[in-house]
Amino acid sequence: MKRTVILGALMAAGFSAGAASAATLDDVKARGKLNCGVATGVPGFASPDASGEWQGFDVSVCRAVAAATLGDPMAVEFVPTTGKTRFTALASGEIDMLARNTTWTFSRDVDLKFDFIGVNYYDGQGYMVPKELGVSSAKELDGATICIQTGTTTELNLADYFRVNGMSYEPVPIETNAEAQQQYLAGACDVYTTDASGLAATRATFEDPTAHVILPEIISKEPLGPLVRHGDNDWADIVRWSLNALIAAEEYGVTSANIDELLKGTDNPEINRLLGTEGNLGEMLGLDAEWAVRAIKANGNYGEIFARHIGEDTPIGLARGLNAQYRDGGILYAPPFR
Amino acid sequence: MTDLSYVRTEMLSERDPPLSTTGVIGWIRENLFNGLSNSVLTLASLAFIYWVLSHFIPWFWSPTWNGTSLGQCREMIGAAGKESGACWGVINERWPQMLFGFYPVEERWRPILAFVLMFVALIPVLFNMISRRWNWFLLALVLFVTTLFVASGWLAVVAQVLLVVAMIWIGRLILVTKVSDRADEIKAGARRLPNPLMFSAAFVFIMPWLLWGGTVWAPIATAFGFVVGWGAFRVLAPVAGSLVAMILGVVAAVVWWLFLVGPVAAGLHGLLPVGLEPVQSRNFGGLLLSVTIGVVAISVSLPLGIVLALGRQSDLMLVKWMSVGFIEFIRGVPLITLLFVASFLLNVFMPPGTNFDIILRVIIMATLFSAAYIAEVVRGGLAALPKGQYEAADALGLDYWKAQRLIIMPQALKISIPGIVSVFIGLFKDTTLVSIIGLLDPIGLSNSIRADVAWNGIVWELYGFIAFLFFIITFLMSRYSMYLERRLRTDHR
Repeated sequence: MKRTVILGALMAAGFSAGAASAATLDDVKARGKLNCGVATGVPGFASPDASGEWQGFDVSVCRAVAAATLGDPMAVEFVPTTGKTRFTALASGEIDMLARNTTWTFSRDVDLKFDFIGVNYYDGQGYMVPKELGVSSAKELDGATICIQTGTTTELNLADYFRVNGMSYEPVPIETNAEAQQQYLAGACDVYTTDASGLAATRATFEDPTAHVILPEIISKEPLGPLVRHGDNDWADIVRWSLNALIAAEEYGVTSANIDELLKGTDNPEINRLLGTEGNLGEMLGLDAEWAVRAIKANGNYGEIFARHIGEDTPIGLARGLNAQYRDGGILYAPPFR
Repeated sequence: MTDLSYVRTEMLSERDPPLSTTGVIGWIRENLFNGLSNSVLTLASLAFIYWVLSHFIPWFWSPTWNGTSLGQCREMIGAAGKESGACWGVINERWPQMLFGFYPVEERWRPILAFVLMFVALIPVLFNMISRRWNWFLLALVLFVTTLFVASGWLAVVAQVLLVVAMIWIGRLILVTKVSDRADEIKAGARRLPNPLMFSAAFVFIMPWLLWGGTVWAPIATAFGFVVGWGAFRVLAPVAGSLVAMILGVVAAVVWWLFLVGPVAAGLHGLLPVGLEPVQSRNFGGLLLSVTIGVVAISVSLPLGIVLALGRQSDLMLVKWMSVGFIEFIRGVPLITLLFVASFLLNVFMPPGTNFDIILRVIIMATLFSAAYIAEVVRGGLAALPKGQYEAADALGLDYWKAQRLIIMPQALKISIPGIVSVFIGLFKDTTLVSIIGLLDPIGLSNSIRADVAWNGIVWELYGFIAFLFFIITFLMSRYSMYLERRLRTDHR
């Protein structure tokens, strides 16, 4: 009996898969809410505030997409996902998009059948050590004990790096970032390694942040970006260009403060096309002309979002670094709006 | 000859026992310092307790209740001239979130009311200590207080007046008759108030409605399913025999629940729209989530477990092997695996777009899990009964169900109480495992709260608060089981 149930469910899944994956935009519009997968909690990237509103860098991407498609940045149903549940949630259609600082890798893009629609934060794995150890480079870490989160790509990166440089280390396996902080402060390990943004956020919570240094070496590429399912390219386009609109807005100097002014028309045709006062880009996406205006108004442009949640004036205090516009020495480069 | 014998002519009064064996000193000597090894143990324990408290109390007693971030807490601790201390600001800011998760603020009276009503509904089930009158009085009081906080308008005033009248009437009844007189009256066949178990049964449908909201017709239509099944049984029983009628009655009820409840409820709602603001399962969180999962799983798994235990002892081969297979399969798999099945596999098997509520999935898995354990605990109780009890039931001419209901189960369940309550306490604590599949129970929320840059780095305060919440609930459960054992004790130990 059980087998017939499973077979029946599989067949039902097969029949309806084609129909359901067709038009995510229509589903979202019918629902009136965007289901967006976020982390259950990563400092600066996604966390609920005291009143239960989600805040953060990744959260802002969800809000921009909701503003572009539904006209309301608050029309988002946030679905907290863990590192284990995120991909099934997206594949099964429980969420329409995933913005959960997920590294863009070959196998995730190809084998898991997802489309990464861009990169909203270029991260990389780094090391943090207490200043009193007097270490100034990762090359001097031979024989160190290292706190490392198990089952992550950081574990593999670490093994690779030490093998390439002919050094040895002793891993101290830990499960969560909170546990890592405790272990590191208690002296259970000399070094803590994870993504550089995570290291900065962790260091900011220490009683004396200046007593710890983040070493200059970044040993891996971690391009973090939002992703959607295979099979609905129109929806992928909407999410991709909503993100690009935020990045391009910073490049052209469109901010949430001056956008109403610029809407009256400018001499720059690129800005006009972005804001929908010229051309019909919105129509091509299946949206109205003001889609990008709403996306930018939701939280400001990329630079404003960065400054508010993880920038140098926040406790996390990340420099723009790689995440600066290409003109300012970074590698953010939005394709032309044409 | 001189007479040296001495005869005391008056009685001596009793003397007090020596000072060293009475009072505080006596107690201390008797219990803490009777012998060398016990004295050493006592001193060592006292030193250990002092060591723990001397670290804990200064940390705990920290003037940071109004802190708004970890950094500010540290400044406050520094200003108070201490080296370290707890940062209680996080609890001050986030305790409503730890209790209710993302449940909308203006609707939070509903889980509170459901929780209080749960006790009103449980009293006639769990305790044998208050009269029907008190129970109805309590219900009216709870509803009256609720209307004061929540409702407004003329409807609320009417309800308040009605409830006050009811309270006065029942209160007068309680006051004018003595308890002992009332017992005689009842024996003589006096009219009583309806059994409060009626409300307990209705509460099964009221609770989900309060928590999830929606139209009031949905729970009513669901409850009507039982009437449908019973009606089908009564109509068919004379025609088709009781077993066939029972099966058909169940089928009729299931058909009603699966296919007809939705349209009927929607139709009635169209005629008379009464309802509460719907709240999505995703907004459940914190202790509310744990309690919801725990309460539903506990109350469903007990009857299910009893049925499984009986099935395992059944003479019918098919029933027996199905029960054994189910129990052994579930007990052979960790709960976390079942939760992953609920979260992943069902997602993949279900057609995309079907929204099979994640909390419902988790509740089903937790229920099945604890039912398997309950079944084994109850089987232990059944095995402990002497064979004579079964034979006596047979000799009295009782059929199987009557023998179970009147003779076997009351004894077997009594033996199993500590085991059953242990399983329930374990189940309630296991609800925190749902944080692994991304549901924000108190443990999951503590992680989310730490992700707020203001509170990043706070660990002990949050975990301590969660431990405190869980301790209250599990401690009450354990005390209740001891109460129940005392009440049901019929042997003369």
